[in-house]
Amino acid sequence: MIVRSAIPRKMVDFGVKVISSLAALLGITILAWILYEVIKRGAAALNWSFFIHLPTPPGLTGGGVANAILGTSIITLLATLAGVPTGLLAGIYLAEFGQHSRIGSLVRFTSNVMMGIPSIIVGLFIYTLLVLPKHHFSGYAGSAALAVIMLPIVARTTEDMLRLVPNALRESALALGAPRWKTTLQVVFRAAKTGLITGVLLAIARVSGETAPLLFTALNSPYWPRSLNQPTANLTVTIFNYAMSPYTDWQEIAWGASLLIMSAVLVLTVVARFALKEVKK
Amino acid sequence: MNAAVNDEPRKFLLYGALSPNKKNPNSSASCEAAAPAAIQPKISTRNLSFYYGNHQALIDNNLDIAPGNVTAIIGPSGCGKSTHIRVYNRIFELYRDQRATGEVILDGENILSPSVDVIELRRKVGMIFQKPTPFPMSIFENVAYGLRLHYKLTKSELAERVEIALKRAALWEEVKDKLHRPGTALSGGQQQRLCIARAIAIEPEVLLMDEPTSAIDPVATAKIEELIESIKSIYTIVIVTHNMQQAARVSDFTAFFYEGKVVEFGPTSQIFTNPSNKQTEDYITGRFG
Amino acid sequence: MVQRVNKTIRPIKNQNIQKKADRVFHWLTALSALLILALMIGIFWELLSNSRLAIQKFGFKFLVSEVWNPVTQEFGAASSIYGTLVSTAIALLLAVPLSLAIAVFLVELAPPAISRLVGYAIELLAAIPSIIFGMWGLFVFAPFMAEHIQPGLSKALGFLPLFQGPPMGIGMLTAGIILALMILPFISAVARDVFRMVPAVVKESAYGLGSTTWEVTRKVTISYGLRGLLGAAFLGLGRAIGETMAVTFVIGNDHTISKSLFSPANSIASTLANEFAEASEPLYLSALVKLGLVLFAITILIQIIAQLWLKKIGQSFGGSL
Repeated sequence: MIVRSAIPRKMVDFGVKVISSLAALLGITILAWILYEVIKRGAAALNWSFFIHLPTPPGLTGGGVANAILGTSIITLLATLAGVPTGLLAGIYLAEFGQHSRIGSLVRFTSNVMMGIPSIIVGLFIYTLLVLPKHHFSGYAGSAALAVIMLPIVARTTEDMLRLVPNALRESALALGAPRWKTTLQVVFRAAKTGLITGVLLAIARVSGETAPLLFTALNSPYWPRSLNQPTANLTVTIFNYAMSPYTDWQEIAWGASLLIMSAVLVLTVVARFALKEVKK
Repeated sequence: MNAAVNDEPRKFLLYGALSPNKKNPNSSASCEAAAPAAIQPKISTRNLSFYYGNHQALIDNNLDIAPGNVTAIIGPSGCGKSTHIRVYNRIFELYRDQRATGEVILDGENILSPSVDVIELRRKVGMIFQKPTPFPMSIFENVAYGLRLHYKLTKSELAERVEIALKRAALWEEVKDKLHRPGTALSGGQQQRLCIARAIAIEPEVLLMDEPTSAIDPVATAKIEELIESIKSIYTIVIVTHNMQQAARVSDFTAFFYEGKVVEFGPTSQIFTNPSNKQTEDYITGRFG
Repeated sequence: MVQRVNKTIRPIKNQNIQKKADRVFHWLTALSALLILALMIGIFWELLSNSRLAIQKFGFKFLVSEVWNPVTQEFGAASSIYGTLVSTAIALLLAVPLSLAIAVFLVELAPPAISRLVGYAIELLAAIPSIIFGMWGLFVFAPFMAEHIQPGLSKALGFLPLFQGPPMGIGMLTAGIILALMILPFISAVARDVFRMVPAVVKESAYGLGSTTWEVTRKVTISYGLRGLLGAAFLGLGRAIGETMAVTFVIGNDHTISKSLFSPANSIASTLANEFAEASEPLYLSALVKLGLVLFAITILIQIIAQLWLKKIGQSFGGSL
């Protein structure tokens, strides 16, 4: 028998190993590069005015994004209040009642598909639904758009976490005479608590960084958010507007806002994933 | 005397003065001493059939459970033992494709009838599962859970009943200083005793035990068997076990199941020393199963 | 030994209330679940009815016309569709092999500690919002492309019409690369999970026969997980197609179809983001909504295919991504 030389095989293997390591290195480098740039340029813009003052016209110093910080917080909070309980309930349905039903499968399938819809389309939808008929933009519409994005995410992660709870636990509660709703909310929820919190935190992290859906709904505003029934200031659209403008001081503020948003999202994500590690133990 | 079954559905009525707390070494003697007056069975199963989807798992079961006694259900895996007792508290209703036909009469009422209050049924008929299932709460909360469901109690009444239940489950001494610790922090054997305490706290009349010690180490198993012995005067206990020695140790009556049918039923001593049915004998002597 | 309870207590709860509560609970959860279906249908309906104007005026020609003129009110989606497809294609061409390489690194090469660290880094990359990628893309990466990468490409491959034209930084190529970086973490995460699912015994048998790591990966791991990898690619495709902010910042918003990747272009999402504010006339707005409808249709199609495929191979990656 003629033996194949192992040398070319080993060379190819070595080559692939090098490429794989370089690819991983590339991934880390990009992450580091982005973090570095955002921190460097963003930090330069952070000062008291940034956090406390309202926006000023370009060229005038002392402007800030205080209203946008407040606006983003309010809009995200409202979206969470609308989207999370509904998502939890839908997830409960999928896990506890809709396991083998056709409706359950349909809802599950639709949720998965819906999670892949571009957020700008959701924004467009809410625009045609809540903005166009009323002839004005509103913070409410912005929250509605974000809530629509959150709903399938929370529903599916809730379902996945509840399904991890063994049936024996449900049966134990039912065998004691607990009604279905108490079994789910008092026993199954408690068993899945950490996973559920993680899912919710990740959903919040995801929507707080969204820009596109707010473009058509909450728009933006240079004033304090006094009423949510009008265009409401928010950080992400501010970044978009300021970055696309030709004014360098506005672009600086855009970097500062970017640092703020990125930090909030990453902190939420890390906290959520850390909690999940505890669950996996 | 208790007869062995052939294929006809037979009634297994309990005759006699079989004293509830004694195991009779001379079974024939005590059987003949029986008066023809029947003791009302606690649970009486008539023509019970059970289906998982299209598959029939229980075929025409007829069985009487004696009050105040321990009845063991034995048989090879998959013979329907667990399926059978899971009808007694209708826990199978959690799953859409499972259904039961026939009658199961508890204290004169057919519990399979839709008009029955399932929640009250489950208070009366408690269940212990194979794997211990402590709730993700403190030890105290675990035992208090069922109490809070069914009773209105003051804080001190609640605490008193939790203590009584834990004492009855032979767990009090081990946990009395750490009632606020999570139930999941206990050992396997302790967790199972916690589940027993939780079940008996709400004053059931029947206790169903589905292989309660198969996931537990031998030392803890012995403790639980002792526990069963100590509480059987208060409750009617039905225990499913694949461990024949356990059945012989703890039970007063034994039913042998095979392929979804009740093959033989009688006093434990008789079943194990002088079974009427060849299949029973084969199983007991280890020829299969 | 056995304590008898002194006081008798009666069970009191009115069980009918519990039964009613259970029914309410069931309906509440069912309604929330049905809401998801309703929203899906609602989105389709609203997009359709609001593009009626444009559909009446342009019909199917909308899909192939390259003209996009707000002044004469003539609108055609061809350049947007082209831009969406090409930028996504570039993204996939770059991201899929890179993701596989990273997954190989994470599963086969790296010691557990490094694998975990690099894994975290990749997950963090996935969490970075699109607009941050846009900022970085516009102010950092595009100039980088203009100064270092594009001139190099011009010199080496400038004979190809793909790489001709002035190196402006922003344009189709940059958008495609940024998209690749954005979908990279998702595809690698899925690829890593797929690789991990190959049973150790199978790999050990291959190693035991004297295979190199690459040979095991290529012939055993990848073929074992090929169908899962395809699903991963589909999910990445779905994400890239709908990506808005990052692309909007760097693609240039030009409604012409050009052969060169250096030229500015536009995608459906970027057009929607860029021009929405200016769309005052009903027809303009309707045309934009119609554009959104096209994107919706493309995305739904891809998602449905991806979900059906994942269902077929028995894996579900819907939840965590």
